[in-house]
Formats: sequence, C-alpha cells, structure tokens
Amino acid sequence: MTAISTKLIPAGGKWSGRISRGKSITFTAMEDGANISLLLYNAHDTAERYNMPDTLKAQYTAHLTKGNVLMSDNGRVLASIADDSLGWHDAISGYTSRNMIDARYGKTTYQEKRNDWYRSGEENFAVELFRNGLTTRDLVPVINLFSKIYCTEDGAMHFVSGHSKKGDTVTLRTEMDVLLILSNTPNPLDPSTSYPSVPVEVTITDAAPVQEDDFCLNHRPENRRAFENTWDHTLLTEGGVR
Amino acid sequence: MAVLHHVVSERKAEAAFYNEIIPAGDGWTYTLEPGQVLRIVDLEGNQAADTLFYDADNPADHYSAVNTIQRQGNVYLTTGSVLVSESGKELVKIVADTCGNHDTIGGACSAQSNTVRYSHDTLPMHNCRDTFMLQLSKNDPLFTKRDLAPNVNFFMNVPVTPDGGLTFADGVSAPGYYVEMQAVRRTLVLISNCPQLNNPCNAYNPTPIQLLVWDNY
Repeated sequence: MTAISTKLIPAGGKWSGRISRGKSITFTAMEDGANISLLLYNAHDTAERYNMPDTLKAQYTAHLTKGNVLMSDNGRVLASIADDSLGWHDAISGYTSRNMIDARYGKTTYQEKRNDWYRSGEENFAVELFRNGLTTRDLVPVINLFSKIYCTEDGAMHFVSGHSKKGDTVTLRTEMDVLLILSNTPNPLDPSTSYPSVPVEVTITDAAPVQEDDFCLNHRPENRRAFENTWDHTLLTEGGVR
Repeated sequence: MAVLHHVVSERKAEAAFYNEIIPAGDGWTYTLEPGQVLRIVDLEGNQAADTLFYDADNPADHYSAVNTIQRQGNVYLTTGSVLVSESGKELVKIVADTCGNHDTIGGACSAQSNTVRYSHDTLPMHNCRDTFMLQLSKNDPLFTKRDLAPNVNFFMNVPVTPDGGLTFADGVSAPGYYVEMQAVRRTLVLISNCPQLNNPCNAYNPTPIQLLVWDNY
C-alpha cells in the first residue's frame, strides 16, 4: 500500500501528530539496538490516554507484542499491535530524564555540540506535550518499542542488550483518532555507556478494515470487550451503523 | 515465588496522633508533613489499598510508578523503596513492611476497566477510580482526571513472570499486616480502599484498613 507519510526520527528526535482511525503506523529500526518511546491520547479528548496498568492487566502481560491492544483509561482500544517482528516491547521502564542522560553519557550542551547534544525523553515529551496543549501532568508510563526488559522472580528488572536488530518492525493500527507522541531517546535501563544513535523510520498507510477474524480482536475476550466499548464510542461520536 | 522482606516497626499505636478505620469502598486524602510516618494496616488480610501520592507543594507532579521501579531496578515495593514523582522528586520512603511485597503495575479498578476485564454489566459497580475522582473533586479544584496516574496497590501480589506474564496471585498479606512510609517532602496521599467484588485476589470480600500517622521522632 502506498505510504501516506514517511518520517525518519533521528536519534534523540521527537515527533507528535494527530492520526485518524484506521491507519497503520509501521516503525522500522534502521540499526541494531533501537528504542523509541511513545505516548497515545484520544485526539479529541486528551484526558483519555493510554493506560499502562489497564492494558497489561486485561491481557495478563507485562510486555507487548502482536495481538495486544493499547487500551485507554476508558476501556477502549486506542491502537492495536497488528504486526511485530520482535515479540517483545517494553511497557514498564519509562523514559530517560535529563539527569539520567547527563550522568550516563556525560553532560552535553547545545552551545557546545549543536544538534548532536544528547536529548532526554523527559524534555522531548515535555516539549511535544506542550505543543499540543498538554503539560507534564499528562505524562504517564510510555511504551518503549524495540526494547526488552524482563524480571526475575525477585522482581529485578533486566535489560536485554542486542534484542532488536536493523530492519525489525512493529505496526500499530489506530482504532480511534489519536494524538501520537514519539521520543527517540535511550531506554532508561540500557546499560550502554555511549548514547544509542539508531534512527527509526515511521511509515503511515491506510489500514484494512478490522474483520471479524482479526487477530487482535480475538486475542483475548477482554480485547473484544474493549473493541465493543470503542465501537460504541465511535457510533455515538461519529454516527454510522455497527 | 516472590522474595518477601519483612521489616517490623517500633512505633506504638498509642503514640500516633491520627488513628482511623477506612471501610472498603471509601476514600481518604491527607497531607503528610516531611518526616511524618503513615502506617496502612490490612486489618482482615488480602485487601488492596490503592494509593496515589502528589507533591503537596506542586500537585501537578504526581507519583510515577515506572520512575519508581526503574530507579530501584525492581518491580516490587517494600522496605527501602523510595516512591518518586513524575519529575523525579522523592515523595515517601517505605520504612517498615510486614507484608513484604506490594504492586505498582496493576493500577486501580475502574468502571470501564471492569467492563473489559469481567463483563459489560459490571459498569455500575463501585470502583477505585470513582473513589479517586470523588476525593480529588473535593480537594484542590485544580485537580482533574489527568492527575490520575498509575498507583500503588499496597498488599496486592501481582507477580511479573520471567517470560513477561502478569498474574494476579493469591495474596501474600494476612490480617494485621502493615506497611509504613515516611514523607520525604510535603506529600498529599490519596487512598481508595478497593471495593472490587469481581477479583478473587481479595476472596471477593473487600475489608477495612486502618490508617495511623506519627510525627517524626
């Protein structure tokens, strides 16, 4: 399918924009070891947003992959993970702060490094939220595409180095009109001492309509009920026939 | 099986200047001054005390579950855990814990998440998010739903398995188990004593909690 839009998010880069229902958003890692953090909001009511606990507990998972849906705090599906070459994306380790970036990779300034200075997830999100009329009050747990963090039985969190490879892809399908915010900044648990610099390509196309045999819809009965909540909402706000 | 760290407190109930019982389904907001210690007691066992924290001097800065677990490199909360805000400020530190393991990934129940997790006809049932919203609506008028970030579930056992599963296991709490936290800065505490009737984690029987506050000594 012809891409509506293709964007290259460079290392340290950020992006935000509204994307309507029924689009496929494919993220492609351009090198090994990518991590891109994302937040999702209802484009028309940003008080409704991706809810990490509701998403994870409804699907009995602590990581995200194909078949999982990203639920809002209103029990609706903002987006589905329609395809995934990796099998594991991180939902529990958050974004990097300015202090963390300075401590781990060394303090950089724009004055000294110009656009090669090291950006943080904290500041990227603050700026893109503000651009969209939001503030850091609206910051919640992010999804870190391309990263794997697993927990041992004692609860200790472990970052898996070398998890994602050049060319790995993951595709979100929007089920509502969303505001998507991206920050291509390191995973906070990545032990690498050099600032990761992996661009991520984002390609947006029209998605095929959700069919009755859709993988995400049928992944769990909880997912179907969340889709039913979403369809009800769409009928009430946009009209049409279910 | 989770590793449990049991740390008993020396504090005597008689010395607490605040001592109240909160029934299941009720909420509570309270501002702790720096150094003050809050104890939450699971009176009958396997209850969930859904709790949020805010920097009382800047209520826009809410508790961050992921900043907290990422900072300590462990998904469970117990003695020694420092609970931090979205901006990274230290809010409270857990100083005693006879339960030994608390969840901060499972979040709070809501009418909407109940429809997803259980069935559409659970929509009218009482839930933690409604309690949170009622409490915040009676507090600072600047609070809105945006301020409801993922919370702590004191006494809840939600194991994360090495293969990335999330399970709601039998409780590790028991009657009289408690957790104590000391305020690092002025901290607004918001509690919903969970009314959930659909989840076996509390044996379908939500029960009261006791809250005690001590001045620093």
